[in-house]
Amino acid sequence: MALTRHMLRTGVALALFAVAGTAIVAYTFDQTRARIAESERASLLQKLHALLPTGQHDNDLLSDTLDVTAPELGPKTVKVHRARKGGIPVAAVFTPVIAPDGYSGPIKLLIAIRYDGTLAGVRVIGHRETPGLGDPIEEARSGWILKFTGRSLSDPQPGQWKVKKDGGAFDQFTGATITPRAVVKAVYNSLNYFAAHRDELFAPVTAPATAAAPAQ
Amino acid sequence: MSATPYGKIVHDGLWANNPAFVQILGLCPLLAVSNSVINALGLGLATLLTLTLSNTIVSLIRNLVTPEIRLPVFVLVIASVVTAIELAMNAYLHELHTILGIFIPLIVTNCIIIARAEAFASKNTVARAATDGFMMGLGSALALVLLGALRESLGHGTLLANAHLVFGEAAKDWTITLVEHYHGFLLAILPPGAFIGLGLLIAVKNVVDSHIERRSAQAVPLPHEAGATA
Repeated sequence: MALTRHMLRTGVALALFAVAGTAIVAYTFDQTRARIAESERASLLQKLHALLPTGQHDNDLLSDTLDVTAPELGPKTVKVHRARKGGIPVAAVFTPVIAPDGYSGPIKLLIAIRYDGTLAGVRVIGHRETPGLGDPIEEARSGWILKFTGRSLSDPQPGQWKVKKDGGAFDQFTGATITPRAVVKAVYNSLNYFAAHRDELFAPVTAPATAAAPAQ
Repeated sequence: MSATPYGKIVHDGLWANNPAFVQILGLCPLLAVSNSVINALGLGLATLLTLTLSNTIVSLIRNLVTPEIRLPVFVLVIASVVTAIELAMNAYLHELHTILGIFIPLIVTNCIIIARAEAFASKNTVARAATDGFMMGLGSALALVLLGALRESLGHGTLLANAHLVFGEAAKDWTITLVEHYHGFLLAILPPGAFIGLGLLIAVKNVVDSHIERRSAQAVPLPHEAGATA
Protein backbone atom coordinates (compact mmCIF):
# COMPACT_ATOMS: atom_id res chain seq x y z
CA MET A 1 0.00 0.00 0.00
CA ALA A 2 2.79 2.36 1.01
CA LEU A 3 4.64 1.42 -2.16
CA THR A 4 1.64 2.23 -4.34
CA ARG A 5 1.26 5.60 -2.66
CA HIS A 6 4.94 6.32 -3.15
CA MET A 7 4.75 5.38 -6.84
CA LEU A 8 1.69 7.54 -7.30
CA ARG A 9 3.33 10.49 -5.55
CA THR A 10 6.48 10.19 -7.67
CA GLY A 11 4.47 9.79 -10.84
CA VAL A 12 2.43 12.87 -10.13
CA ALA A 13 5.58 14.85 -9.28
CA LEU A 14 7.17 13.84 -12.59
CA ALA A 15 4.02 14.80 -14.47
CA LEU A 16 3.97 18.19 -12.75
CA PHE A 17 7.59 18.83 -13.71
CA ALA A 18 6.75 17.89 -17.31
CA VAL A 19 3.88 20.37 -17.29
CA ALA A 20 6.10 23.10 -15.81
CA GLY A 21 8.85 22.45 -18.38
CA THR A 22 6.37 22.53 -21.25
CA ALA A 23 4.88 25.74 -19.88
CA ILE A 24 8.31 27.44 -19.86
CA VAL A 25 8.97 26.41 -23.44
CA ALA A 26 5.47 27.36 -24.59
CA TYR A 27 5.73 30.77 -22.95
CA THR A 28 9.14 31.49 -24.52
CA PHE A 29 7.89 30.31 -27.89
CA ASP A 30 4.92 32.60 -27.66
CA GLN A 31 7.07 35.56 -26.59
CA THR A 32 9.67 35.10 -29.33
CA ARG A 33 7.48 33.93 -32.22
CA ALA A 34 6.79 37.35 -33.71
CA ARG A 35 10.39 38.45 -33.28
CA ILE A 36 11.75 35.27 -34.94
CA ALA A 37 9.41 35.68 -37.92
CA GLU A 38 10.51 39.32 -38.16
CA SER A 39 14.22 38.35 -38.03
CA GLU A 40 13.69 35.74 -40.74
CA ARG A 41 11.89 38.26 -42.96
CA ALA A 42 14.56 40.89 -42.39
CA SER A 43 17.36 38.44 -43.07
CA LEU A 44 15.74 37.27 -46.35
CA LEU A 45 14.95 40.82 -47.41
CA GLN A 46 18.55 41.85 -46.77
CA LYS A 47 19.75 39.07 -49.07
CA LEU A 48 17.23 40.03 -51.77
CA HIS A 49 18.08 43.72 -51.57
CA ALA A 50 21.80 42.98 -51.89
CA LEU A 51 21.04 41.76 -55.41
CA LEU A 52 18.14 44.05 -56.26
CA PRO A 53 18.50 47.45 -54.56
CA THR A 54 15.23 49.05 -53.50
CA GLY A 55 15.42 51.72 -56.22
CA GLN A 56 15.12 49.12 -58.97
CA HIS A 57 11.68 47.88 -57.95
CA ASP A 58 8.69 49.22 -56.08
CA ASN A 59 6.76 46.12 -55.01
CA ASP A 60 7.06 44.00 -51.87
CA LEU A 61 9.45 41.19 -52.77
CA LEU A 62 8.30 39.07 -49.85
CA SER A 63 4.65 38.95 -50.82
CA ASP A 64 4.88 38.89 -54.64
CA THR A 65 6.00 35.27 -54.81
CA LEU A 66 5.34 32.10 -56.73
CA ASP A 67 6.22 28.49 -55.86
CA VAL A 68 7.67 26.43 -58.67
CA THR A 69 9.05 22.90 -58.88
CA ALA A 70 11.35 21.99 -61.74
CA PRO A 71 14.21 19.52 -62.14
CA GLU A 72 16.44 22.37 -63.42
CA LEU A 73 16.10 24.15 -60.09
CA GLY A 74 16.70 21.14 -57.85
CA PRO A 75 14.58 18.57 -56.10
CA LYS A 76 12.62 20.93 -53.85
CA THR A 77 9.97 23.56 -54.36
CA VAL A 78 11.62 26.89 -55.13
CA LYS A 79 10.19 30.24 -54.14
CA VAL A 80 10.32 32.89 -56.84
CA HIS A 81 10.31 36.48 -55.59
CA ARG A 82 9.21 38.77 -58.40
CA ALA A 83 10.48 42.32 -58.62
CA ARG A 84 8.38 44.82 -60.56
CA LYS A 85 8.47 48.54 -61.09
CA GLY A 86 5.19 50.24 -61.90
CA GLY A 87 3.79 46.76 -62.61
CA ILE A 88 6.47 46.04 -65.23
CA PRO A 89 8.55 42.91 -64.52
CA VAL A 90 12.15 43.72 -63.46
CA ALA A 91 13.64 40.50 -62.18
CA ALA A 92 12.94 37.14 -60.55
CA VAL A 93 14.85 35.83 -57.55
CA PHE A 94 14.92 32.05 -57.10
CA THR A 95 15.54 30.70 -53.61
CA PRO A 96 16.76 28.18 -52.88
CA VAL A 97 18.07 26.70 -56.12
CA ILE A 98 19.79 23.44 -55.19
CA ALA A 99 23.01 22.41 -56.91
CA PRO A 100 22.70 18.71 -56.07
CA ASP A 101 26.24 17.66 -57.02
CA GLY A 102 28.47 19.58 -54.61
CA TYR A 103 31.52 17.83 -53.14
CA SER A 104 29.85 17.22 -49.77
CA GLY A 105 26.17 17.41 -50.51
CA PRO A 106 23.82 19.94 -52.03
CA ILE A 107 24.72 23.63 -52.33
CA LYS A 108 21.88 26.10 -51.81
CA LEU A 109 21.89 29.16 -54.05
CA LEU A 110 19.98 32.38 -54.37
CA ILE A 111 19.82 33.35 -58.05
CA ALA A 112 18.44 36.67 -59.32
CA ILE A 113 17.72 36.94 -63.04
CA ARG A 114 16.65 40.18 -64.72
CA TYR A 115 13.75 40.22 -67.16
CA ASP A 116 16.17 40.50 -70.10
CA GLY A 117 17.83 37.22 -69.06
CA THR A 118 21.02 38.64 -67.51
CA LEU A 119 22.01 37.64 -64.00
CA ALA A 120 21.49 40.29 -61.33
CA GLY A 121 23.60 38.12 -59.08
CA VAL A 122 24.15 34.75 -57.46
CA ARG A 123 24.80 34.05 -53.76
CA VAL A 124 25.47 30.88 -51.82
CA ILE A 125 23.06 30.58 -48.90
CA GLY A 126 24.03 27.18 -47.60
CA HIS A 127 26.69 24.53 -48.25
CA ARG A 128 28.89 21.93 -46.58
CA GLU A 129 31.91 22.18 -48.87
CA THR A 130 35.39 21.76 -47.41
CA PRO A 131 36.53 24.90 -45.59
CA GLY A 132 39.50 26.46 -47.33
CA LEU A 133 39.04 24.43 -50.53
CA GLY A 134 35.40 24.68 -51.63
CA ASP A 135 34.26 27.65 -49.59
CA PRO A 136 35.56 30.44 -51.88
CA ILE A 137 32.08 30.16 -53.42
CA GLU A 138 30.95 32.22 -50.39
CA GLU A 139 30.87 35.94 -51.02
CA ALA A 140 32.73 36.52 -47.75
CA ARG A 141 35.66 34.31 -48.82
CA SER A 142 36.34 35.43 -52.40
CA GLY A 143 34.89 37.39 -55.28
CA TRP A 144 34.30 34.32 -57.39
CA ILE A 145 30.50 34.31 -57.03
CA LEU A 146 30.35 37.98 -58.13
CA LYS A 147 31.62 37.07 -61.59
CA PHE A 148 28.20 35.73 -62.50
CA THR A 149 26.65 39.17 -62.28
CA GLY A 150 25.71 40.47 -65.74
CA ARG A 151 26.22 37.10 -67.44
CA SER A 152 23.49 35.51 -69.53
CA LEU A 153 22.87 32.50 -71.74
CA SER A 154 24.77 34.20 -74.57
CA ASP A 155 27.62 35.47 -72.35
CA PRO A 156 29.55 33.25 -72.38
CA GLN A 157 28.28 31.07 -75.24
CA PRO A 158 26.26 28.01 -74.09
CA GLY A 159 29.22 25.67 -74.69
CA GLN A 160 31.35 27.84 -72.38
CA TRP A 161 29.12 27.52 -69.30
CA LYS A 162 31.68 25.28 -67.62
CA VAL A 163 34.75 25.66 -65.44
CA LYS A 164 38.03 26.23 -67.31
CA LYS A 165 39.21 22.70 -66.58
CA ASP A 166 36.23 21.41 -68.60
CA GLY A 167 36.95 23.87 -71.43
CA GLY A 168 34.61 26.61 -70.22
CA ALA A 169 34.85 30.24 -69.12
CA PHE A 170 34.69 30.04 -65.32
CA ASP A 171 37.64 29.69 -62.93
CA GLN A 172 37.89 26.69 -60.66
CA PHE A 173 39.72 26.79 -57.33
CA THR A 174 43.05 25.25 -56.50
CA GLY A 175 42.22 21.84 -55.12
CA ALA A 176 38.49 22.14 -55.78
CA THR A 177 36.86 21.68 -59.17
CA ILE A 178 33.71 19.84 -58.18
CA THR A 179 32.30 22.69 -56.09
CA PRO A 180 32.50 25.47 -58.74
CA ARG A 181 31.42 22.99 -61.42
CA ALA A 182 28.24 22.26 -59.47
CA VAL A 183 27.49 25.97 -59.00
CA VAL A 184 28.11 26.87 -62.67
CA LYS A 185 25.84 24.02 -63.76
CA ALA A 186 23.03 25.07 -61.40
CA VAL A 187 23.22 28.72 -62.54
CA TYR A 188 23.18 27.66 -66.21
CA ASN A 189 20.19 25.37 -65.63
CA SER A 190 18.34 28.18 -63.86
CA LEU A 191 18.97 30.57 -66.77
CA ASN A 192 17.60 27.98 -69.16
CA TYR A 193 14.55 27.47 -66.98
CA PHE A 194 14.00 31.22 -66.80
CA ALA A 195 14.29 31.60 -70.59
CA ALA A 196 11.72 28.84 -71.15
CA HIS A 197 9.21 29.98 -68.52
CA ARG A 198 9.68 33.74 -68.29
CA ASP A 199 6.11 34.75 -69.10
CA GLU A 200 4.56 32.23 -66.70
CA LEU A 201 6.90 33.39 -63.96
CA PHE A 202 5.81 36.99 -64.28
CA ALA A 203 2.12 36.24 -64.81
CA PRO A 204 0.34 39.01 -62.95
CA VAL A 205 -1.01 38.07 -59.56
CA THR A 206 -4.78 37.63 -59.67
CA ALA A 207 -5.38 39.57 -56.45
CA PRO A 208 -3.35 42.63 -55.41
CA ALA A 209 -0.09 41.49 -53.82
CA THR A 210 -0.86 43.07 -50.47
CA ALA A 211 -4.21 41.30 -50.22
CA ALA A 212 -2.58 37.95 -50.98
CA ALA A 213 0.02 38.35 -48.24
CA PRO A 214 -1.94 37.13 -45.20
CA ALA A 215 -2.83 33.89 -46.95
CA GLN A 216 0.82 32.91 -47.20
CA MET B 1 26.01 19.04 4.25
CA SER B 2 29.56 20.31 3.98
CA ALA B 3 29.47 23.68 2.27
CA THR B 4 32.06 24.24 -0.42
CA PRO B 5 33.77 27.63 -0.01
CA TYR B 6 33.09 30.05 -2.86
CA GLY B 7 36.80 30.48 -3.58
CA LYS B 8 37.08 26.78 -4.28
CA ILE B 9 34.00 26.85 -6.54
CA VAL B 10 35.57 29.64 -8.61
CA HIS B 11 38.99 27.99 -8.75
CA ASP B 12 37.47 24.61 -9.68
CA GLY B 13 35.34 26.01 -12.50
CA LEU B 14 38.02 28.15 -14.08
CA TRP B 15 41.15 26.10 -13.49
CA ALA B 16 41.48 23.05 -11.26
CA ASN B 17 38.40 21.26 -12.59
CA ASN B 18 37.91 23.15 -15.87
CA PRO B 19 35.20 21.34 -17.91
CA ALA B 20 37.15 21.37 -21.16
CA PHE B 21 40.75 21.03 -20.03
CA VAL B 22 40.40 18.75 -16.99
CA GLN B 23 37.04 16.99 -17.10
CA ILE B 24 37.25 16.80 -20.93
CA LEU B 25 33.46 17.08 -21.12
CA GLY B 26 31.30 18.57 -23.85
CA LEU B 27 33.91 18.14 -26.56
CA CYS B 28 31.53 17.69 -29.50
CA PRO B 29 30.38 21.33 -29.67
CA LEU B 30 33.77 22.51 -28.41
CA LEU B 31 35.57 20.96 -31.34
CA ALA B 32 32.88 21.74 -33.91
CA VAL B 33 32.32 25.46 -33.42
CA SER B 34 35.71 26.63 -32.15
CA ASN B 35 36.86 27.64 -35.65
CA SER B 36 36.53 31.34 -34.86
CA VAL B 37 36.47 33.51 -31.73
CA ILE B 38 32.94 34.77 -32.34
CA ASN B 39 31.41 31.34 -33.01
CA ALA B 40 33.15 30.03 -29.90
CA LEU B 41 31.97 33.00 -27.85
CA GLY B 42 28.37 32.53 -29.03
CA LEU B 43 28.28 28.90 -27.98
CA GLY B 44 30.27 29.64 -24.83
CA LEU B 45 27.77 32.26 -23.67
CA ALA B 46 24.82 29.98 -24.44
CA THR B 47 26.47 27.19 -22.42
CA LEU B 48 27.24 29.59 -19.58
CA LEU B 49 23.64 30.75 -19.40
CA THR B 50 22.32 27.18 -19.57
CA LEU B 51 24.62 25.97 -16.79
CA THR B 52 23.76 28.86 -14.47
CA LEU B 53 20.01 28.51 -15.02
CA SER B 54 19.89 24.72 -14.85
CA ASN B 55 22.05 24.63 -11.69
CA THR B 56 19.83 27.24 -10.05
CA ILE B 57 16.60 25.45 -10.92
CA VAL B 58 17.94 22.02 -9.95
CA SER B 59 19.07 23.41 -6.59
CA LEU B 60 15.68 25.06 -6.03
CA ILE B 61 13.78 21.83 -6.59
CA ARG B 62 16.33 19.49 -5.01
CA ASN B 63 14.12 18.74 -1.97
CA LEU B 64 10.98 18.12 -4.05
CA VAL B 65 12.49 15.43 -6.22
CA THR B 66 12.67 11.83 -5.04
CA PRO B 67 15.75 9.84 -6.06
CA GLU B 68 13.81 7.66 -8.56
CA ILE B 69 12.77 10.54 -10.79
CA ARG B 70 15.87 12.67 -10.18
CA LEU B 71 17.47 12.11 -13.58
CA PRO B 72 14.35 12.48 -15.75
CA VAL B 73 13.48 15.71 -13.92
CA PHE B 74 17.00 17.10 -14.39
CA VAL B 75 16.91 16.21 -18.09
CA LEU B 76 13.52 17.89 -18.35
CA VAL B 77 14.82 21.05 -16.66
CA ILE B 78 17.90 21.20 -18.89
CA ALA B 79 15.94 20.55 -22.08
CA SER B 80 13.40 23.27 -21.23
CA VAL B 81 16.12 25.79 -20.41
CA VAL B 82 18.08 25.07 -23.59
CA THR B 83 14.98 25.25 -25.78
CA ALA B 84 14.04 28.60 -24.25
CA ILE B 85 17.59 29.92 -24.82
CA GLU B 86 17.56 28.61 -28.39
CA LEU B 87 14.31 30.43 -29.14
CA ALA B 88 15.65 33.63 -27.59
CA MET B 89 18.86 33.41 -29.65
CA ASN B 90 16.86 32.81 -32.80
CA ALA B 91 14.87 35.96 -32.04
CA TYR B 92 17.64 38.32 -30.93
CA LEU B 93 20.87 36.92 -32.45
CA HIS B 94 19.34 35.52 -35.60
CA GLU B 95 22.46 35.34 -37.79
CA LEU B 96 24.61 33.80 -35.08
CA HIS B 97 21.85 31.28 -34.46
CA THR B 98 21.93 30.36 -38.15
CA ILE B 99 25.70 29.81 -38.03
CA LEU B 100 25.76 27.76 -34.82
CA GLY B 101 22.71 25.81 -36.05
CA ILE B 102 22.34 22.39 -34.50
CA PHE B 103 24.95 23.01 -31.79
CA ILE B 104 22.62 25.22 -29.74
CA PRO B 105 19.92 22.55 -29.21
CA LEU B 106 22.74 20.03 -28.75
CA ILE B 107 23.76 21.81 -25.53
CA VAL B 108 21.07 19.57 -23.98
CA THR B 109 23.34 16.59 -24.54
CA ASN B 110 26.46 18.32 -23.21
CA CYS B 111 27.45 16.07 -20.30
CA ILE B 112 28.88 18.94 -18.27
CA ILE B 113 25.40 20.28 -17.63
CA ILE B 114 23.83 17.10 -16.25
CA ALA B 115 27.13 16.41 -14.45
CA ARG B 116 26.99 19.70 -12.52
CA ALA B 117 23.25 19.25 -11.82
CA GLU B 118 23.82 15.78 -10.40
CA ALA B 119 27.19 16.22 -8.70
CA PHE B 120 26.84 19.73 -7.33
CA ALA B 121 23.52 21.54 -7.70
CA SER B 122 21.40 18.73 -6.25
CA LYS B 123 23.46 18.80 -3.03
CA ASN B 124 24.08 22.52 -2.49
CA THR B 125 22.28 25.75 -1.71
CA VAL B 126 20.89 27.88 -4.55
CA ALA B 127 23.58 30.56 -4.28
CA ARG B 128 26.40 27.99 -4.34
CA ALA B 129 24.80 26.04 -7.18
CA ALA B 130 24.35 29.20 -9.27
CA THR B 131 27.98 30.22 -8.62
CA ASP B 132 29.17 26.77 -9.58
CA GLY B 133 27.09 26.82 -12.79
CA PHE B 134 28.37 30.27 -13.69
CA MET B 135 32.00 29.41 -13.00
CA MET B 136 31.89 26.06 -14.81
CA GLY B 137 30.19 27.84 -17.71
CA LEU B 138 32.81 30.57 -17.68
CA GLY B 139 35.52 27.91 -17.62
CA SER B 140 33.93 26.26 -20.67
CA ALA B 141 33.46 29.56 -22.47
CA LEU B 142 37.05 30.65 -21.82
CA ALA B 143 38.35 27.32 -23.12
CA LEU B 144 36.16 27.69 -26.22
CA VAL B 145 37.28 31.25 -26.89
CA LEU B 146 40.94 30.36 -26.35
CA LEU B 147 40.69 27.47 -28.81
CA GLY B 148 38.70 29.67 -31.20
CA ALA B 149 41.38 32.37 -31.04
CA LEU B 150 44.12 29.83 -31.67
CA ARG B 151 42.35 28.32 -34.67
CA GLU B 152 41.14 31.60 -36.18
CA SER B 153 44.55 33.29 -35.93
CA LEU B 154 46.37 30.29 -37.42
CA GLY B 155 43.69 29.43 -39.96
CA HIS B 156 42.58 32.82 -41.24
CA GLY B 157 45.13 35.25 -39.81
CA THR B 158 42.35 37.27 -38.16
CA LEU B 159 40.69 37.62 -34.76
CA LEU B 160 37.11 38.63 -33.96
CA ALA B 161 35.88 38.36 -37.56
CA ASN B 162 32.07 38.77 -37.74
CA ALA B 163 31.98 40.36 -34.27
CA HIS B 164 28.71 42.09 -35.22
CA LEU B 165 26.93 38.73 -34.92
CA VAL B 166 27.29 38.96 -31.13
CA PHE B 167 27.90 42.65 -30.42
CA GLY B 168 25.65 44.32 -32.99
CA GLU B 169 26.39 46.56 -35.97
CA ALA B 170 28.84 48.76 -34.03
CA ALA B 171 31.27 45.85 -33.89
CA LYS B 172 31.52 45.40 -37.67
CA ASP B 173 35.06 46.78 -37.85
CA TRP B 174 36.44 45.03 -34.78
CA THR B 175 38.15 42.41 -36.91
CA ILE B 176 41.87 42.35 -36.20
CA THR B 177 43.94 41.30 -39.18
CA LEU B 178 47.10 39.76 -37.78
CA VAL B 179 48.74 39.01 -41.11
CA GLU B 180 47.88 40.88 -44.31
CA HIS B 181 47.16 38.70 -47.39
CA TYR B 182 47.39 35.58 -45.28
CA HIS B 183 46.72 32.50 -47.35
CA GLY B 184 45.28 30.55 -44.47
CA PHE B 185 46.41 27.40 -42.75
CA LEU B 186 43.71 24.92 -43.63
CA LEU B 187 44.56 22.35 -40.95
CA ALA B 188 43.72 24.77 -38.16
CA ILE B 189 40.19 25.30 -39.50
CA LEU B 190 39.44 21.65 -40.20
CA PRO B 191 38.49 19.21 -37.38
CA PRO B 192 42.07 17.91 -36.88
CA GLY B 193 43.05 21.47 -35.96
CA ALA B 194 40.48 21.39 -33.18
CA PHE B 195 41.89 18.18 -31.71
CA ILE B 196 45.52 19.29 -32.03
CA GLY B 197 44.70 22.74 -30.64
CA LEU B 198 42.83 21.31 -27.65
CA GLY B 199 45.68 18.88 -27.02
CA LEU B 200 48.21 21.72 -27.03
CA LEU B 201 46.10 23.83 -24.66
CA ILE B 202 45.72 20.91 -22.23
CA ALA B 203 49.48 20.32 -22.43
CA VAL B 204 50.16 23.99 -21.65
CA LYS B 205 47.81 23.82 -18.66
CA ASN B 206 49.56 20.71 -17.35
CA VAL B 207 52.98 22.36 -17.72
CA VAL B 208 51.75 25.38 -15.77
CA ASP B 209 50.24 23.11 -13.12
CA SER B 210 53.42 21.11 -12.62
CA HIS B 211 55.41 24.33 -12.53
CA ILE B 212 53.16 25.70 -9.75
CA GLU B 213 53.42 22.41 -7.90
CA ARG B 214 57.22 22.45 -8.02
CA ARG B 215 57.25 26.06 -6.82
CA SER B 216 55.07 25.37 -3.81
CA ALA B 217 57.01 22.20 -3.04
CA GLN B 218 60.23 24.24 -2.93
CA ALA B 219 58.66 26.94 -0.79
CA VAL B 220 57.37 24.53 1.84
CA PRO B 221 59.36 21.30 1.68
CA LEU B 222 57.31 18.33 2.83
CA PRO B 223 58.90 16.36 5.68
CA HIS B 224 59.92 13.33 3.65
CA GLU B 225 61.32 15.50 0.85
CA ALA B 226 63.30 17.53 3.36
CA GLY B 227 64.70 14.28 4.70
CA ALA B 228 65.62 13.08 1.22
CA THR B 229 67.49 16.21 0.22
CA ALA B 230 69.30 16.56 3.51
